[in-house]
Amino acid sequence: MARKTTPAKTAVVTIAAWTIGFLIFFPILWIIILSFKTEGDAIKSPLQVLTSGWTLHSYAEVQTRSNYALHFWNSVILSLGSTVLALVIAIPAAWAMAFVPGKRTKDLLMWMLSTKMMPAVGVLVPMYLLFRDFGLLDSRIGLVVVLTLINLPIVIWMLYTYFKEIPGEILEAARMDGAGLKSEILYVLTPMAVPGIASTLLLNIILAWNEAFWTLQLTTKNAAPLTQFIASYSSPEGLFYAKLSAASTMAIAPILILGWFSQKQLVRGLTFGAVK
Amino acid sequence: MATEQSRTAARLMVSPAVILLFLWMIVPLGMTIYFSFLRYNLLMPGMESWAGFDNYYYFLAQPAFTSALINTLLLVGGVLLITVVGGIALALLLDQPFKGQGVVRVMVIAPFFVMPTVSALVWKNMFMNPVNGIFAHIAKAIGVQPFDFLSHAPLASIILIVAWSWLPFATLILLTALQSLDREQMEAAEMDGANWINRFVYLVLPHLTRSITVVVLIQTIFLLSVFAEILVTTNGGPGTASTNLPYLVYAQSLLNFDVGGGSAGGIIAVILANIVAFFLMRMIGKNLET
Repeated sequence: MARKTTPAKTAVVTIAAWTIGFLIFFPILWIIILSFKTEGDAIKSPLQVLTSGWTLHSYAEVQTRSNYALHFWNSVILSLGSTVLALVIAIPAAWAMAFVPGKRTKDLLMWMLSTKMMPAVGVLVPMYLLFRDFGLLDSRIGLVVVLTLINLPIVIWMLYTYFKEIPGEILEAARMDGAGLKSEILYVLTPMAVPGIASTLLLNIILAWNEAFWTLQLTTKNAAPLTQFIASYSSPEGLFYAKLSAASTMAIAPILILGWFSQKQLVRGLTFGAVK
Repeated sequence: MATEQSRTAARLMVSPAVILLFLWMIVPLGMTIYFSFLRYNLLMPGMESWAGFDNYYYFLAQPAFTSALINTLLLVGGVLLITVVGGIALALLLDQPFKGQGVVRVMVIAPFFVMPTVSALVWKNMFMNPVNGIFAHIAKAIGVQPFDFLSHAPLASIILIVAWSWLPFATLILLTALQSLDREQMEAAEMDGANWINRFVYLVLPHLTRSITVVVLIQTIFLLSVFAEILVTTNGGPGTASTNLPYLVYAQSLLNFDVGGGSAGGIIAVILANIVAFFLMRMIGKNLET
């Protein structure tokens, strides 16, 4: 049933919502605009910026300043690698807990979640020293492992809440028809689990891409993802607004697009299923 | 109906995750606890000696700790206040029918996907910079002296930056919760003459309580660990004006090479986070039963 609204109220709501939405989005819009300006124009007043000419120069500059492609590639490898690795470990675990729940399943889930509550800074020193001693500082492999571990609890939880929604009767029906464990997983569960796995994958890529504690602490150059690369702009060298904007635009664009697709999953994943 | 065979299979399937998480939890944390009782400086390798509770004493007694603790609480509290109040208001607004709802929703959510280093640097340079930032341009346009946000109000500026990143999260979750509100009940209340304040206080707010609690607790977990935003904007300064607990631990252990002191600080941060985690876990645990 539609709520009754007066045209005047609708107009006020529309204007208010668009204004606030625009203001919140403005910083992102602004870096996109600045990325197409020259360094000289980028520091002018907003009106002058908008009326000045457009150029792709900064995008070319970003690559010459340092190897942007390498950092982008590192971000791709780290986020995809850690996500796939986490899924490989988490899918069997979540499957088992959802379909063969034991007495201690709930405690186990809560314990897994509790590992996520540990603040990273609590283990900063030993992790740094371990990485140093094993020669893992500034290596992709070491960081993939850390990112996998910090996101594993969220991945297991998300998959668990999705698997839990697959009705158990279907499994029993399949068993009645003589399906073995293998065909049960292959033909019955997998098709039903794919949407949940896909959402988990998406959310975890976003989290790993934006992770900015371990990536800043444990990388410097070769394995540095975009978070670390952008941080290198914190010590300014001459005019750099347009370059920073171009680098930032490219760094956030892929995730912005992925993120818009995963709004719903985001709520569920980040609240551990407490809000759906 | 689980058979003995499927139980064994289930245990095998869970064990890799359990073993990995167990190691991840116990090994580094154990090392931190061990280091926290040592006199251990990276510049003097091989000189480690037992220190008892000295590291804890020195870490807690330094003036920087008190200010870091206050800054941490202000940061968490300030961001929570902005995001929860703003999030409720925004969720109520976006829940109304209007043209282009989908587009506005996407615009509001966008900041959450911006990596911390980008959002911090963009705010620092393009907005808060006292010469070239947009705020400075606006100040000049209306004839006011531009304000140097990050030097004169470093913590407040960081709170603003972090709140911008987290407002979408609160809005999204509260909006999701709002959409499950019973419309007919709202209409019935409206017909019975309840004005919007009454409807908000007696119907909407109780419905949102759970989600608000979840937002507060989850954000607190993340906000207790804010680091990148401080590193790229103020480096914790001027002085220790914007140093929070994670940044203090980082500075002590990796900038001053004091492994023992840094570890003691890390353990204190863990204890602080665990107090919050305790309540969060209870909430989520309750939810698991239904």
